Amino acid sequence: MTEQPIIEAEGLCRDFTVRTPLGRFRRAKRTVHAVADLTFSVAHGAAVGYIGANGAGKSTTIKMLTGILVPTAGTVRTCGLEPHRRRKELARQIGVVFGQRSQLWWDLPLRESYRALAAVHDLDPARARARLGELVDRLDLASFLDTPVRQLSLGQRIRGEIAAALLHSPRLLVLDEPTIGLDVLSKERLRVFLVEERAAHGTSLLLTTHDMDDVQRLTERVLVVDKGRMAFDGTLTGLVDVVGAQRVMVVDLVEACPGLDQVAGTELVGVEAGGLRQRLAFTPGRTTAAQVLAAVAERAVVRDLAIEEPDIEDVVRKLYLAR
Amino acid sequence: MCARWWFKVADPRVLAPYRALLASRLQSQLAYRRSFALDVFGAVGIGLLEFAEVYVIFANISILGGLDFAGVALLFALANIAFSLADMTVGHLDALPTYIRTGLLDAFLLRPLSVLGQLVTSDVQLRRLGRTAVAVVILAVALPASDIDWRAETVYLLILTPIAGAAIFAALFVLAAAAQFWLVDGAELTSAFTYGGSYAASYPTSIFTMPVRVLFTFVIPAAFTAYLPTLLILGIPGPPDTPVWLGWLTPVAAAVAWVVALLAWRLGLRHYTGTGS
Repeated sequence: MTEQPIIEAEGLCRDFTVRTPLGRFRRAKRTVHAVADLTFSVAHGAAVGYIGANGAGKSTTIKMLTGILVPTAGTVRTCGLEPHRRRKELARQIGVVFGQRSQLWWDLPLRESYRALAAVHDLDPARARARLGELVDRLDLASFLDTPVRQLSLGQRIRGEIAAALLHSPRLLVLDEPTIGLDVLSKERLRVFLVEERAAHGTSLLLTTHDMDDVQRLTERVLVVDKGRMAFDGTLTGLVDVVGAQRVMVVDLVEACPGLDQVAGTELVGVEAGGLRQRLAFTPGRTTAAQVLAAVAERAVVRDLAIEEPDIEDVVRKLYLAR
Repeated sequence: MCARWWFKVADPRVLAPYRALLASRLQSQLAYRRSFALDVFGAVGIGLLEFAEVYVIFANISILGGLDFAGVALLFALANIAFSLADMTVGHLDALPTYIRTGLLDAFLLRPLSVLGQLVTSDVQLRRLGRTAVAVVILAVALPASDIDWRAETVYLLILTPIAGAAIFAALFVLAAAAQFWLVDGAELTSAFTYGGSYAASYPTSIFTMPVRVLFTFVIPAAFTAYLPTLLILGIPGPPDTPVWLGWLTPVAAAVAWVVALLAWRLGLRHYTGTGS
């Protein structure tokens, strides 16, 4: 049986009217096309990264997919439903987390928030308890389940938010910048959880992020939106091929050494501190960080290393130039 | 259509989520008992201060708008019970711009419940009961002090008026909140109608000039919440151009106010999500 797509957008547009004051009483009206003519579809069970610079139209798209905003033109169907007309029905089938806006009750402990949400979604008590147990266990919430939300750290709160969005076992999980502001360890734990959750329940995922690692680890397809228009639709490798997005390995050496040029698959982009710190750019897909490190280690003793990710804004800019 | 709606509302399962939301609010408010007690104390103080204003007026005159001191106290009590009950249950609706700014309204839109229902149950300001208590005490003193011909209708009016009056004020709060969708930061302006309506309701409507009287009777139905029923309870004729039987129509005024308020709310929410704008 072929299932219908979880998201289907066709010719999706959203305009906003912006009024700017012109002197004391007059105001200029200007129409901004936040989203212009987006057409895409996401298969049931797929994981898609939705990326773009700030103000590119990501949040507006998500709001239209989830029924918060009505499209100015075009059609959208999420879980087969027209979002704004069947908002309540759709709400039972999707879970949404806005990383910078809380959906929890700030003065209540998580436990009470979940109790309220179970009532909101009219969940069967036994199933809700089992599902909550599973989420508490896998997101490691037990130690702060009784702490009011306002006292939680950002990482704890985001885990709490994700559990809240998944409590009713939605078919589609929409995450808007879930890892923003998290430390490396928290990001990693969240990614591991999301991969497991999808494997266990087949939940579809739509993710907006500024973090290329999120895209790489969590999604199999990337949509890039630029100024409200679709700029790229394909795999991450395909995107990297188009724009040549490079990662940079920064190595700190024990002893100063002349520039490490001609390391296979890399380009030397900087030598600092008289050769103690060197920067090597490489393209994921052509080589791996491990191969680069091995090649460097043959020529010098590495004390420390860091990897700089390509900036999403940079990728989008290059994409724009490449077209 | 109408029957279906009624079955939906009558089904206790439909209300269960809202009850759970409300219960979580009550729990968080009662968690800090001392601060809650202080809040109630403050509300009592505000109620007393407002009544002191009436008292001061009667230090200089003996009749205001056809009512003696006991009559005005009765009027004040009925208006304040109605307003404080409405303020307790839906007074927080004037914070709608904050709900919009913080994204809470979007969170409401992502839950399978009515947005207005969630907004109403997102807070309940129990401390306003302090003001209700003051009004009830004043009512208990004013009733025996007034010259009332006790009949079944009198009891009926005394029970129904605060309930229907609260419904009218609540509708005004919903209407004011709906206006916020367009005004964004117009809480001050809309408060003039909700709190202003409450102030106007605490005085005999007959003291106002004709245009203001019409405004507070038919545009903002404040006169229905207490003044008109008070005339009936006391059995006095009222001003020549105001038919006393209007006092029976408080529930009708409440129903009309709610129809207008719900229509406005629907339009406002549509404006927010951007249908047809």
